[in-house]
Amino acid sequence: MLSYIARRVTLAIIVILTVIAAMFVMMHAVPGDAVRTALGPRASEAMVEAYRARLGLDQPVWVQILRYFGAILRGDLGQDAISGTPVLQVILSQLPDTLYLIAGAMLVAVIPGIHLGVVSATHRGSLFDRVTSVLSVSVMAVPSFVIAIYLLLIFSIRLGWFPAIGSGDGLADKLHRLVLPSIALGLAWIGYLARILRASMLEVMAENHVRTARAFGISQRRIMYDYVLRIAILPTITVLGMGIGQMISGAVFAEIVFGRPGVGKLVYDAIANRNYPIVTGTVLLTTGFFVLVSLLADLLIAFLDPRVRNVISR
Amino acid sequence: MTRSRDPVLSVEGLSLSYDTPNGELLALRDVNLTIGPGEIVGLVGESGSGKSSLMQAILQLMPAAARVTGGRILFEGRDLVQLGPHGMSGLLGDRISVVFQDPMTSLNPVLTIGRQMIDIQHRRPESRAAKRRRAVEMLRRVRIPDVESRIDRYPHEFSGGMRQRIAIAMALMAEPALLVADEPTTALDATLEIATIKLLRELQQEIGCAILFITHHLGVVAELCDRIDIMYAGELVESGPVMPVFRDPRHPYTQLLFACDPAQIREATRHLPAIGGGLPDLIDLPQGCIFAPRCPRADQTCRRLHPADRPAGRSELVRCHYPDAPRLEVAR
Repeated sequence: MLSYIARRVTLAIIVILTVIAAMFVMMHAVPGDAVRTALGPRASEAMVEAYRARLGLDQPVWVQILRYFGAILRGDLGQDAISGTPVLQVILSQLPDTLYLIAGAMLVAVIPGIHLGVVSATHRGSLFDRVTSVLSVSVMAVPSFVIAIYLLLIFSIRLGWFPAIGSGDGLADKLHRLVLPSIALGLAWIGYLARILRASMLEVMAENHVRTARAFGISQRRIMYDYVLRIAILPTITVLGMGIGQMISGAVFAEIVFGRPGVGKLVYDAIANRNYPIVTGTVLLTTGFFVLVSLLADLLIAFLDPRVRNVISR
Repeated sequence: MTRSRDPVLSVEGLSLSYDTPNGELLALRDVNLTIGPGEIVGLVGESGSGKSSLMQAILQLMPAAARVTGGRILFEGRDLVQLGPHGMSGLLGDRISVVFQDPMTSLNPVLTIGRQMIDIQHRRPESRAAKRRRAVEMLRRVRIPDVESRIDRYPHEFSGGMRQRIAIAMALMAEPALLVADEPTTALDATLEIATIKLLRELQQEIGCAILFITHHLGVVAELCDRIDIMYAGELVESGPVMPVFRDPRHPYTQLLFACDPAQIREATRHLPAIGGGLPDLIDLPQGCIFAPRCPRADQTCRRLHPADRPAGRSELVRCHYPDAPRLEVAR
């Protein structure tokens, strides 16, 4: 088990290093000059050269890459090009709001998604199953920002049940303001999870051990939630792991539409202002987050499936 | 063996069909089968003979396309057909238990053996500890070594033979009146097969349950069973006490089946004997006797009329117009 964890962590580190290198290359390939953009059109040639030297952009590319790696290893993601605050600090100040949003969206997605998947599989071919499958595909097809805008129009503006923008102060207010963005971000995932889980459940239901459980008179409910779901959930966990990572990019829309602070809003503004340190820092952190969540998902599967656990421990 | 006592299970005139895209497939037609208390009945037949359909009907674990079109399945005075899958779940794992064919896949892979053995005692109003003690005790009886430490292991940590013994332990833990064993030894190698059968017979004598043993291995039937029932293409064609039927089979299919058993071949041969022809189309049945198209002595009567069940020799049931005709041999 320990060697498995070590192997997975090593792999995760390699992925992150590759992303750093790729990002560095891409930032240099992007048209437009960061220094000139930062200083504005009226800056003199001398000012541009001085600023370039200060940022180390006059050095050869390989020196820049090595410096970049070195800085990241020290936890230094550079300074905000506009305010001069350390990037790490800026991102970390925005991160909690995004994490709350993702947690809320997951809650919206997971509980109904799992139950819909289980019930659809149990009553395969029934009206409920068909309606669920049509609705699942529908919510998956609609972009989350469209859902966000409609939620905002209906529940905030027309009905006035929820505040339209901001993240709020105090727990109750924060939770209240979290409802609509969470639904906007999580709704598509209900359908997605229900679809995946249904297919996976049907596969497991055809296995011999389910027939054995039936032959011992174990109740349908118990068989579905205990005997089948426990196996069928495993591939869903992998998907969910990637889903949480992807939700950071989904959060960009939700945060802009609902005017919430957060990493998505931060990176959106940074791109508009060509605030490169913030952009690269955010990409790096979200990549790290993505890799971490996938890693946790794999470890969770290893923990839940004794067959995997056994193969690993050898 | 006398059959004076009330049977544990009696299948009377059971017919079952499957809805298929090509029409109604008549998988079982007018099947009669009785199992006395404590009796071990071997149900023999080739693939497609309806053994599995009959088993699924008895357990009421039939696929959605299956439909019972006639007859009854009486178990302890109740008609299982009327009871249906829902009412049946009260009997399954309690009065009727099953051991399935493939021990590698018939246990849940992500739950421990102990957990599964506790779960199947869901009808007992006892503590988990008491259920666990009963599970340990039962695993000892099927000779799982080192039970205390192994009960919390997962199925994949056991060998095939051990898993099948665990499945037997699970099936017999509730001391059922009837055990349905669906080719429980087919997936095991020969030595394990003998050991498993010995164990099954020992436990059967201790518990006193009846066993419906489904197999296509005639040697196992001779070794283990009191009675033999032979199925062909959805019909039960012959039934009787094991040894007399082996010595003097009366249905032509039984006679040819025994003649084709590789264990019966005495001289060296380049070709294994076989019954000519193939199984009839169960969607478009031939008129008359189901075996007539392959039967060497079929005549006009056989091709026109469906034979009734009648006793002949020591066999209590033979579905043939001429059960007293001379015994058939296979042409080599």
